[in-house]
Amino acid sequence: MAKVLVVTSGKGGVGKTTSSAALGAALAHGGDKVVVIDFDVGLRNLDLVMGAERRVVFDLINVVQGDAKLSQALIRDKRLENLSLLPASQTRDKDALTEEGVARVLSDLREKFDWIICDSPAGIERGATMAMRHADVAVVVTNPEVSSVRDSDRIIGLLDSKTEKAENGDRIEKHLLLTRYDPARAERGEMLKVDDVLEILSIPLIGIIPESEEVLRASNVGSPVTLNNPASAPGRAYFDAARRLKGETVELTIPSEKKGLLGKLFGRRAA
Amino acid sequence: MTIAVRPRPALRFRGRSFMALVLAPEVPLRDWLEDLDAVSERSPGFFSGRPIIADVSSLKPSKSELKFLLAAFKMRNIRIIGLEGAAPENVEPDMPQQITGGKPAGDIDIPDAADAAAAAVDAVAPLDYQPSAEKSLMIEGSVRSGQSILHPEGDVTVLGSVASGAEIVAGGSIHIYGALRGRAIAGCTGNARARIFCRKFEAELIAIDGLYKTADDLGSKFHGQPIQVHLDGDSIILQTLD
Repeated sequence: MAKVLVVTSGKGGVGKTTSSAALGAALAHGGDKVVVIDFDVGLRNLDLVMGAERRVVFDLINVVQGDAKLSQALIRDKRLENLSLLPASQTRDKDALTEEGVARVLSDLREKFDWIICDSPAGIERGATMAMRHADVAVVVTNPEVSSVRDSDRIIGLLDSKTEKAENGDRIEKHLLLTRYDPARAERGEMLKVDDVLEILSIPLIGIIPESEEVLRASNVGSPVTLNNPASAPGRAYFDAARRLKGETVELTIPSEKKGLLGKLFGRRAA
Repeated sequence: MTIAVRPRPALRFRGRSFMALVLAPEVPLRDWLEDLDAVSERSPGFFSGRPIIADVSSLKPSKSELKFLLAAFKMRNIRIIGLEGAAPENVEPDMPQQITGGKPAGDIDIPDAADAAAAAVDAVAPLDYQPSAEKSLMIEGSVRSGQSILHPEGDVTVLGSVASGAEIVAGGSIHIYGALRGRAIAGCTGNARARIFCRKFEAELIAIDGLYKTADDLGSKFHGQPIQVHLDGDSIILQTLD
């Protein structure tokens, strides 16, 4: 039974594309067949983060409008053979996404893959609503700061009203993914605490991804962080989140500051 | 390139626009056909090799009249590719296609006797020597990511660079005096003789006449070089411009 998962946030820059790529790679690493779709038409980035930008010929819009076959547009990852990417177009805009076209593409993909991960664009307009429309599961990516939490709250409202599942009277499965969590700043009270975020949003937490240079390093070399450095703190956190998505129970620990004597002396932060 | 067996490329449909000559017969038909014969006599070959449409909307012929008219054209070796304005019930399956949606596009001059010789030569001259009415497009600056320049009528010249995520689609050749980091699609209307030139090659994709290669296919051999791209049969050839 294929699952359509939307990675969404409302706010930009919180780590949707990073999380889509990292979760996709982690799920594929576990043996599932995964396709990651870039819904950010006009500002595509997922192909860069996944290191496939030099292989894009056809894109989501070509398939939605019937100019290309799905098999022509899907790019298979060179490192994980059961991970594929359906890139977005850079030269079009979100208006090119038609309701029927997107529905058709997703139903075709459901036959081929176990997980269909939709990387939503920021905002609450057409692109974002198209990405979440047919989802079974939603991962709401949130940073521990007030504006991101408020936007996530808005998106959760949309997930409960604008999706196909919601319109049919079902409830869409929602999970919170807390990203760019900086234990040191949380300690100093410069960031919202995990409990505060959970209290406001009141959806189950699926993972906490610590703020790390590793994420930027991975995206610059075009490799999801779970492939580039699986043993790093964010890599491990994404792997755990992927296991929780599949229904496993994995203990969740809130990252805290681990400073040894040297760290205290020189102010170095644990990754 | 993968070693795997590649699926056959998808069927390519291309649009092309031609100027059709429209003949609109008038009553009395006999006189009109005489005028037509006079034109053929003055400039032999005037009607050969042209797409010709018969517009019968003012004539409103019955089925038998329409048959007579088509026979008269056939006798004069005038090949009609489409009928305009005929009543559907009068059109039989072996008659030319019914055509709608034509746009007026100016008059085609009927050559007089002085041009007749030249026209006869023109009719047999290979296409290459016909003066082309292609218009070229000049872009003074750079083309940014997300921009798509579509110019099916002819060449495109860009004085700046073409950014990653931008694309140039031209009916003719593409000349880029800066870096090509995006996509260049030349000869999009089925012109295999189109070429792509750039001073710094870092393209995501290049295509001529529907054949394409991605950056991944091309490797890094020509990366950053000034190059030209042309087609040789069914293969894309890259050469440095030295």
